[in-house]
Amino acid sequence: MKNKHVNAIVVGAGAGGGIVAKELAVAGLSVVLFERGGWATYDDHNDDELISQRTTVLGNAFGPDDKRHRRVVVNSDGSTRIVLPSEGSYSNNAACVGSGTVSYGAMAWRFMEKDFTMKSTYGHVEGSTLDDWPINYFDLEPYYEKAEWEIGVSGESGANPFESHREKPYPMPPFAYNHSANILADAAKRLGYSPFPIPMLRNSVRYGGRPACYRMRSCVGFACPVNAKCGTHNTVIPTALDSGNCELRTHCQVAEIMLDEKGRATGVKYFDEKDKGQIQTADIVVVSAAAVETARLLLNSKSKLFPNGAGNNNDWVGRNLQGHAYTGAHGLMNDDVYDDVGPGATLAIADFNHDNPGIVGGGVLCNEFTAMPYLFSKMRPPGAKRWGPEHKEYQRSQFKKLIRLHGPFQEIPNFEARVTVDSEVKDHWGIPVARLSGSRHPYDPTGCQYMSERAEEILKEAGAYHTWQRVGGRGLSGGQHQAGTTRMGNDPKISVTNKFGQVHEIDNLFIADGSLCVTNGGFNPALTIMALGYWVGDYIVKNWNGSKFK
Amino acid sequence: METSRREFLRQLSLACGSVLFIPACAGYDSPWRFFSEKEARTVIAFAGQIIPADQDAGATDANVVNFIDKQLIGPYTRFQEEYRKGISAIENSAQKLFQKAFYELDRDNQTGFMEQMEAGKLPEEFWTEVNQRSFFNLVLDHSMQGFYGSPRHGGNKNYVSYKMMRLDYPHVLGQNRYESKCATAKLMEL
Repeated sequence: MKNKHVNAIVVGAGAGGGIVAKELAVAGLSVVLFERGGWATYDDHNDDELISQRTTVLGNAFGPDDKRHRRVVVNSDGSTRIVLPSEGSYSNNAACVGSGTVSYGAMAWRFMEKDFTMKSTYGHVEGSTLDDWPINYFDLEPYYEKAEWEIGVSGESGANPFESHREKPYPMPPFAYNHSANILADAAKRLGYSPFPIPMLRNSVRYGGRPACYRMRSCVGFACPVNAKCGTHNTVIPTALDSGNCELRTHCQVAEIMLDEKGRATGVKYFDEKDKGQIQTADIVVVSAAAVETARLLLNSKSKLFPNGAGNNNDWVGRNLQGHAYTGAHGLMNDDVYDDVGPGATLAIADFNHDNPGIVGGGVLCNEFTAMPYLFSKMRPPGAKRWGPEHKEYQRSQFKKLIRLHGPFQEIPNFEARVTVDSEVKDHWGIPVARLSGSRHPYDPTGCQYMSERAEEILKEAGAYHTWQRVGGRGLSGGQHQAGTTRMGNDPKISVTNKFGQVHEIDNLFIADGSLCVTNGGFNPALTIMALGYWVGDYIVKNWNGSKFK
Repeated sequence: METSRREFLRQLSLACGSVLFIPACAGYDSPWRFFSEKEARTVIAFAGQIIPADQDAGATDANVVNFIDKQLIGPYTRFQEEYRKGISAIENSAQKLFQKAFYELDRDNQTGFMEQMEAGKLPEEFWTEVNQRSFFNLVLDHSMQGFYGSPRHGGNKNYVSYKMMRLDYPHVLGQNRYESKCATAKLMEL
């Protein structure tokens, strides 16, 4: 049976797509929200470390599965290899209703003013595509606020002296520091820095009809057993469904955006849960499949006017793939610092994000999320023996004494770090898979080194008797913080969408996820992706006159 | 009333008044799914040196090789060939160096052998199809997963590794007690 025509299709029920679907549905548009996975609950995998979003060795707790999905990674010597979703270099994002917002660590960062003006702040960086966003912080500020209040954020307004202006405080009080945060807060203050509680998309008190967090050890990488973590799956998506205007189609893999001879989007081709090919037509198509899959979908949508993929006549789709170069330091303390108060990360230091001499951008440093036992088996000082009695003794005696401070360094985008589609390798449905190539910009290790040195100083001040740096910034980018592949901009020649996420030349095709980000900030990106969801959704609603754009 | 096979066997075991051992595939008495008995002995010895028993349980007590065996017919099917060839290369190397099976060597010889393998210094002649360092790292990683991962996958029997790391399980919030020098010192001040 033919699917009924709707006003809007949203592809991907994650941080961006869940919000756009809700904005459109409550405004009265009929919406079909596609998700390649299903609903995820705590009971599916509970606290199983080997099948979580953090450690995926036996599979991805929140999808996608190893059986049907593949990607190709281009090695630095030009050779290629096929990678499975459970392997790290796949750059996986969860495939379930809510996507990463079900299992994330839930840090709720707003980018800073300078994150939107990287080029005018720091000038051109050789070999990069560093640029300003076409919008600034104040354009997005009301949408950040909406995300904080509708999804739910716990935090202490005004505690971060480097935060850009906010109109309204956080809706919930901050989480108390755990033991390691208390130790690090004192040390950081003695060094003249300004530590503060990490804002979290997690209930510190009852909010949105859901209970307060009870601080599980297994939080990041897992679903919440009491629903205290705030994602799109337990906020906006239920609202969208309640409106009566949104139909959620789970276990559907969208293969292609259909474009007519005038170059407008007419709908999508997809495979339903029984692998049957189907067509859904709509007035508008919004793609929110995260940076890798969004680029792949556009590139796989070839038509007469767009022979190289939708919106790709200038070869910018899939370019500037970014993530975050994680960097920091580890230290050993004489006494136990681990207090089993989950999820572990409670303290942030934002002094190293902008305005540091000689450093382009920067990032935030946080005390780390609890490492589960298997993950901890890989955390060793340089040169430590990996097995045998020494391994075991370290595991036994140091697990509660390790103190960590690290964070996401803002990567400098470059044109060659990119997503293309592979000409030979196909997935279960016969759709050409994403191919990841290029590497991070050579500047990244320099900035990471600076942050790791600062982290090590703080750990030493906190009393760590043995410290070592863990410096990031090399290799292929992407990962869960993937961004940048359909950058927004004012000049159609060097961007894919306009400032409202509307694809240049295709006025009824929108992007609403991290792919829009020109640069990725020195913070975890979830709240920014949510704000962009509201921003794009608001533009569509304001320009909709019942049957088409005004 | 129709009785399921499982129920029938349960009743039979109750009737006999003993625990009835039911192998995964009836008619074949090996407890292993993928490994041969001999291969299993090699991997048990190998994993047993990666995580040796001391005052706390080691890989053998935690059923680490049961974990690996189970995964090799599940999510790790793709590593089957590497295990088959890698174990064979370990055995051939040990025969050449010691004229004994790897699992028959004493502890020092086993660990010495493994250090050579970790550094890629075992005789090359047996390692033409499998890279000895890669295979070492693979078994190392899988042993860690089996020892520290959730018992539902066949290893970490009774959460022995959690006990060793002083991580209470099950986690009963508000009811677990932790030894901490800081906390104890503060209590003593009171």
